[in-house]
Amino acid sequence: MRHRTLWIIVSLAAIVVAGACNSRSDVPPVSIIPEGGGAAANAIGETGTSTVSGSITLQGTPPAAETIRMNSDPVCVKAATNTETEYYVVGDGGGLGNVFVYVKEGLSGSYPASTETVTLDQQGCRYTPHVFGVQVGQTVQITNSDPTLHNIHATPAMNAEFNTGQPIQGMSMERTFDEVEVMVPFKCDVHGWMNAYVGVLSHPYFATTGPDGAFDLSSLPAGNYVVAAWHEMLGEQTQNVTVGDGATAEVSFTFTVG
Amino acid sequence: MRWLHYYLSFCAAASLLLIVAGGLVTSTGSGLAVPDWPNTYGTFMFAFPLSQMVGGIFYEHGHRLIASTVGLLTIGLSVWIAVVEPRRWVRRLGWTALAAVVIQGLLGGITVLYFLPAPISISHAGLAQLFFALVVSLTLFTSPGWRSGSPAFAARDDRVLSRLALAAPVVIFGQILLGATMRHTGAGLAIPDFPLAFGHLLPPEWTAGIAIHFAHRVGALAVTTIALATAGHLLFHHREQRELTNPAFLLTVLVLVQVGLGAWTVLSGRQVAVNTAHVAVGAVTLATSLVLALRVHRSWFGDASGDSRRASRPAVEAMGSGSEARA
Repeated sequence: MRHRTLWIIVSLAAIVVAGACNSRSDVPPVSIIPEGGGAAANAIGETGTSTVSGSITLQGTPPAAETIRMNSDPVCVKAATNTETEYYVVGDGGGLGNVFVYVKEGLSGSYPASTETVTLDQQGCRYTPHVFGVQVGQTVQITNSDPTLHNIHATPAMNAEFNTGQPIQGMSMERTFDEVEVMVPFKCDVHGWMNAYVGVLSHPYFATTGPDGAFDLSSLPAGNYVVAAWHEMLGEQTQNVTVGDGATAEVSFTFTVG
Repeated sequence: MRWLHYYLSFCAAASLLLIVAGGLVTSTGSGLAVPDWPNTYGTFMFAFPLSQMVGGIFYEHGHRLIASTVGLLTIGLSVWIAVVEPRRWVRRLGWTALAAVVIQGLLGGITVLYFLPAPISISHAGLAQLFFALVVSLTLFTSPGWRSGSPAFAARDDRVLSRLALAAPVVIFGQILLGATMRHTGAGLAIPDFPLAFGHLLPPEWTAGIAIHFAHRVGALAVTTIALATAGHLLFHHREQRELTNPAFLLTVLVLVQVGLGAWTVLSGRQVAVNTAHVAVGAVTLATSLVLALRVHRSWFGDASGDSRRASRPAVEAMGSGSEARA
């Protein structure tokens, strides 16, 4: 009887584990996949002397930034230098920050991953930067500069999900992404207000706007492109742009709120 | 035996506290605040500093500590029952509780390590309710009233009551599973208004989330109907059976409170305390319906006075239970 009971328990546990493993393959469909930008042709992608530049502006009055209550972790209360929500970073003249601008279509060939390491820092119980981009295969170094513990939980649709703890100040880890995906969200489940987004592309033509809303995509080959601008609250806009060899094409996006 | 009953009552209270703690984990979105398992941030869970139980860790790690305590209590429960309980089926229920708590712990670990897959999380939520109901049942079976009292009511004499009483825990558990599915698939606010759905009696458009949410509302209607019908039937036909009318009226009150909490959960945008209370009252509702069903069918259990059987137990076991190993 004892053995039979034991075997029943072990079998149930095995079934449960198998079920859990199977559920991992049930990946939801990707939200946005850049078509041209995600092409993985064998030829090396061209670079050039053309530039697409412009600005992102916000029309209307955004909701006022809210003060984040960090009382659940006294260390955060002490360490925080910024306790305002970052949904709308608006500069003078209506420039909109934290917008991820990238070439969505029009590029061909493959671009080697940049060897430059991008750092995502957890400081003052916030992620810095809040929005950024990397290439497929490019290293992201995730660092905990806080004297408290964080977990780094990436919730991609196409790439592998991960959730790793960094309980000690100064801890660091490196991650890369294998698939093109705009955007991969990061969150800290310990501190529910902490979130960040990374755009993963197969090419280096992307930028994140500052409060002035300006962006600059340089070293592009001449051609016709679809340029996209993504904002965490306002979604994505695209525009067609044609840029000649050595020329600069201006393109502006206007997001509306309210 | 009386002390065992008190101990089981304590275990039931601890199990309910564990359900509250689990509800807080999901209500606050803290399910992955501790990314590893069974350790906590690489530290043996009982050695994890209390000072670092901050933010979501407070809920998740707190849930694990309470769960471990309930696990230990359950080991004690099953062993104690095995030692002093003469009824074989009660002893088996004790071991079943131990198996359930072990599986529940594994489900909890798996759901963390695999980033909260809905089927595992829903199973974890459902088994928690079954475990609580089981411990409450054991508390009932070891109560002086159950053990010493002869069946005052025979279910075969009132088929309607028998069926209503049996249907209640089944329908309530189904409703709890629907609620858990809603909770773990993010459909809690799929219909944002109440009592209407997008201003209509029926949702004007359907998605999986809306369907699950709406099914939970229909389920609430079914549970309310059964609870009211049971209480009404008892009031008209068995008013003198206090051991039946009391849980029936309690069940009715709990169901009405639960419907109110469900509405409040939606209207408050899933406020943490309200959302968690909805989970806890759901558990108490299930347990109450089970107590009522067991008392209605008390005669099925025959003479449940364990002490009177104890003297003859060795002979009974010698005859037919050679494979039943008693620890």
